Amino acid sequence: MTISRRKFLQALGAGGAASALAACAPMPTEPRNGEHIVVVGGGSGGATAAKYLRRFDPNLQVTLVEPNATYHTCYGSNWVLGGFRQMDQIAQSYQALRDTHGINVIQDRVTAIEPDAHQVRLAGGRTLSYQKLVLSPGIDFDWEAAAEGTSEATADRIPHAWKAGPQTQILRRQLEAMPNGGVFIMVAPPNPFRCPPGPYERASMVAHYFKTHKPRSKVLILDVKEGFSKQGLFMGGWEANYGDMIEWVGGDRGGMVNRVDVANRTVFSDDGLNRYRGDVINYIPPQKAAQIAHDAGLTNEAGWCPVDQRTFASSIHPDVHVIGDSSVAGAMPKSGHSANSQGKLVAAAIVNGLRGIDAPEPSMVNTCYSLITPDWGISVAAVYRYDDGSIRGVEGSGGVSPADADREFRRREADYTRGWYRSITTDIWG
Amino acid sequence: MRYTRLAAVALAVSLSGAAASQSALAEVTRGALMAKTCLACHGAAGTAPEATIPTLVHGFPRELMIQTMRGFRDGTRPSTVMGRHAKGYTDAEIELLADYFDGMR
Ligand SMILES: Cc1cc2nc3c(=O)[nH]c(=O)nc-3n(C[C@H](O)[C@H](O)[C@H](O)COP(=O)(O)OP(=O)(O)OC[C@H]3O[C@@H](n4cnc5c(N)ncnc54)[C@H](O)[C@@H]3O)c2cc1C
Ligand code: HEC
Repeated sequence: MTISRRKFLQALGAGGAASALAACAPMPTEPRNGEHIVVVGGGSGGATAAKYLRRFDPNLQVTLVEPNATYHTCYGSNWVLGGFRQMDQIAQSYQALRDTHGINVIQDRVTAIEPDAHQVRLAGGRTLSYQKLVLSPGIDFDWEAAAEGTSEATADRIPHAWKAGPQTQILRRQLEAMPNGGVFIMVAPPNPFRCPPGPYERASMVAHYFKTHKPRSKVLILDVKEGFSKQGLFMGGWEANYGDMIEWVGGDRGGMVNRVDVANRTVFSDDGLNRYRGDVINYIPPQKAAQIAHDAGLTNEAGWCPVDQRTFASSIHPDVHVIGDSSVAGAMPKSGHSANSQGKLVAAAIVNGLRGIDAPEPSMVNTCYSLITPDWGISVAAVYRYDDGSIRGVEGSGGVSPADADREFRRREADYTRGWYRSITTDIWG
Repeated sequence: MRYTRLAAVALAVSLSGAAASQSALAEVTRGALMAKTCLACHGAAGTAPEATIPTLVHGFPRELMIQTMRGFRDGTRPSTVMGRHAKGYTDAEIELLADYFDGMR
């Protein structure tokens, strides 16, 4: 049986979809059920993409591959360190994606991507064929660029806690075990890294815990950078809430850490010129796109995945779309909110593309909320468009919370920070 | 038997009624994509004390949306964060958003 294309268009009538289809180039030749989209990584970007692919086209077959049964959000993990959130409050499951949204969730790890064959291989032995692949595997650590003395193996003693889960718990337990009067040293990572305000929210949350439980303790941030996200707002908030409990040492002042003596919990900066002894050390290593992206040949010299920033199609293998932290996304920071926005764009681009329709013109947003205390929130926001080859913030939009706001304003933003957490996690996994 | 994907959809149109299938086939518009970005903050419909940002998942009246977004944008309506977001949208884009959320009611 053959139904001609013309008949089909007649059946649809002269509506927008039909005229858009009429303009499309080659007809897809595969049957409908051959349209299989595989999403790798069930974090902020991947889970959003899987859900919105099914939202935008309920007939699409979508498989999500994620090794963990439970995803712990990095957002909110600093609040766990602050002592006012529990691990189970930052845990997300894949049940709704599976049961409500009809996504085939496979608990496994992708070990290889074969772009030419349009296949991925799973650790469990299966092979999946895809028409389009969405890759949102997050980050991995660049241990080669990390300070001397640190490695993946030292992360159980000096945790990074930059992937939430067991690492968050290790750091929390160390903080609990630390004596009053102790020193917490955080070594902040070089750019680019996931969540630009994250280290400074963390310093705030550790100070909150100290202030309420160990008030003679100190927070020392050693930073290779000479400035950081929302710096004025953080420093103003620190002074107002914690006095001089938090000290930040920038890269030009002795913050450039080269070596860590893990056994003696001592950190050396500026080639041994300065040494700092801590009771708890949080070493956050330099970062790169997740290993699977490197193995699949999707990365550039800098270690991240270049993409066409209109659709997030890889510049190297166009049927693979890379979103989230692993991708190079113009002005967008590496954040959960960015990854969520990119997941929606990529879903729209793929669904339209399968119909021969152009992707909608990108419209994306980011907001990074941070808590300085449970009642003092600050934010940085932006709306993004694609312009002249890259994603840029809309001029005149976005920016940080006002510098001169009163306590009531900060309290409202703290309430909205928790509201944001609730909404975005429902938007992604709910 | 040889048939294309479009043919299969055409079949579905004739079998299950145009409305449902057409919605499955409708292109994802710029307005829809833009509106979905709002749901990261305005998504949760729950009643828990933490659901502090009003939900938009059940839609919003068109004229009120236009008024509200313009008010956020020019500062006549005070806000913590919406002013910074609203400044990212032109009048035409605000209308696309308003149409979309009106349609979700
Ligand atoms: C302390 C901290 C605080 C933060 N706070 C905020 C915040 O307030 N707001 C905000 O917007 N962002 C925040 N972030 C950033 C945010 O967590 C990340 O930017 C975001 O999660 C990136 O999404 P992603 O999809 O790229 O990666 P992820 O969310 O990390 O997801 C990657 C997933 O891929 C899976 N995966 C990896 N390799 C494979 C493989 N080979 N096969 C199958 N699956 C694989 C992983 O298991 C993981 O589940 C914070 C980060 C940190 C560390
Ligand atoms: C970063 C989170 C965030 C994003 C993204 C966001 N909003 Fe808001 N919105 C808020 C907050 C918070 C408020 C409460 C006012 C304030 O303090 O800014 C609000 C208030 C509103 C209101 C008033 C609701 C009422 O009933 O009073 C409307 C309408 C609105 N937003 C529309 C939008 C639209 C449309 C978008 C997408 C273009 C959007 N918002 C994106 C956080 C957000």
